[in-house]
Amino acid sequence: MIDRETVLHVALLARLELSDDEVEQMTVELGSVLEHIETIAQLDLEGVAPTTHVVNVENALRADEPEPCLSHERALESAPSVAEGGFAVPSPQA
Amino acid sequence: MSGLIDLTASQAAAAIRLGDVDPSELFELYRARAAADVLNAFTWVAEEAPKAPPEASLGGVPLAIKDLFCTEGVPSQAGSRMLEGYCPPYSATVVERLAAAGAPLLGKTNQDEFAMGSSTENSAFGPARNPWDRDRVPGGSSGGSAAAVAAGLAPWAIGTDTGGSIRQPAALCGIVGLKPTYGAVSRHGMIAFASSLDQAGPLTRDVSDAALLLRHMVGARDPRDATSLDFPEEIVLPSRSDLHGVRLGVPAELSGAGIEPGVLGALESTLELARQLGASVEPCTLPHAPHALAAYYVLAAAECSSNLARFDGVRYGYRAPDAPDLLSMYMRTRHDGFGAEVKRRVMLGTYALSSGYYDAYYGRAQRVRTKIAEDFATAFELFDFIVTPTAPGVAFELGAKLADPLVMYLNDFCTVPASLAGIPAISIPNGLAEPPGGGTRLPVGLQLVGPAFSESRLLDSAFALEQALGFDGGAVRQ
Repeated sequence: MIDRETVLHVALLARLELSDDEVEQMTVELGSVLEHIETIAQLDLEGVAPTTHVVNVENALRADEPEPCLSHERALESAPSVAEGGFAVPSPQA
Repeated sequence: MSGLIDLTASQAAAAIRLGDVDPSELFELYRARAAADVLNAFTWVAEEAPKAPPEASLGGVPLAIKDLFCTEGVPSQAGSRMLEGYCPPYSATVVERLAAAGAPLLGKTNQDEFAMGSSTENSAFGPARNPWDRDRVPGGSSGGSAAAVAAGLAPWAIGTDTGGSIRQPAALCGIVGLKPTYGAVSRHGMIAFASSLDQAGPLTRDVSDAALLLRHMVGARDPRDATSLDFPEEIVLPSRSDLHGVRLGVPAELSGAGIEPGVLGALESTLELARQLGASVEPCTLPHAPHALAAYYVLAAAECSSNLARFDGVRYGYRAPDAPDLLSMYMRTRHDGFGAEVKRRVMLGTYALSSGYYDAYYGRAQRVRTKIAEDFATAFELFDFIVTPTAPGVAFELGAKLADPLVMYLNDFCTVPASLAGIPAISIPNGLAEPPGGGTRLPVGLQLVGPAFSESRLLDSAFALEQALGFDGGAVRQ
């Protein structure tokens, strides 16, 4: 019910490279998990509202005022690559 | 020295207040035990005691913290190669609150990668082991926290529970674990798995310790977590010795098929004990509970695929070397950095949220969720608490359930319904039972589920049962 082409399409959406073995395994495993999940398709859910928050809450608003936050340097210190005070990445078009 | 190990965290805090115990000595004792850990329960251990032991009410009783809580300057890797060596520039709100209350960081504990798993075998840092039998899993995903507390490597610990990740390892290790009402504890600084379900809670030796730790985890809502809530009262420390007037409901859907005979036997005898303590025990029904697991795996996977999009090799964590362009950098980073179970769930969640499938999967699962919450609301008109086994079995052998994801997912069968409903649930030790096929007896858990914000009452009834059961987990602390 889920084929190799679908797995590759979803993997691209998820920005996830998969080896050939992983594609094969994923095709089988996702198929069996989806089959289990399909059981909820049999339920009559006509007119049932989807849950948004499990405890009824009003909007969570706060005053829009500046607060101390991470410094520029601290925000960059865990980055794999930094250039000119920003996060460096490979070019989108190599 | 062994006398100190036998003190519960509450007893140790009281002894420190009286001046009978030196908090530095206590910290060093546990630090040395955690550093000599043979269960792979810890992924990082503090090198020295805090310089000035806190004056605050918990007195300096050291705390083990699941790896996925951000701790400033200390590795916070969420069990993932993606975050290997990552030291965040800030701490989670709950970590700060507990440190301020006098529970300093002892160490970080092993877990399934990004909390996805029920055995702690999905850790990039190797599996944690169950102190009752080292060839068996401690449960998961908070397996390191559970193993550490059970083995006396830590006086107490915190973990997170998305579909059972506090309660199930607590059950498998013979300790207490509590998942609070969704929103009761701030999620700020918890590395997210499924945001509508994730909730932090205590893993402790007994119910009194769980109440004391929880008291300092909840409180005023955190402005940094828009889904957090003001807890309506201070958590009351438990004291109840009977269950007169307490109405317990036992749902047929979660106490029959699929549960090991030893676990069912323990449930039956404890229900009889509850009757002797004055409780009424009646069957009840949660008609949609059998669909909870399917709905859960849609919702959790969908939310995880969204949350884990942040691991892209740009701002922190691992980046695959030598990628020629941006897209291949993203794709290779995530290929190398994520383990098999995380990839499986990211794929499932991405599929479920992809164009044309949203209503069939996520939308539908959110409606099932509403039905499950309604089932509980109806049950709570007649009952104070719902009682079930915590896990369908005792601890299983390492590797036994890795081959088939669906078999592993069934571990969460009894815990997932309360997660979907966002309501509090506690697991307490319910004696020992033989695994299927025989062998050394292993811990069993009993789950009590209550309405939103009923934590104090839930803890009180759990305490009465705990005292009557008289479970002694001391054997595995030696």
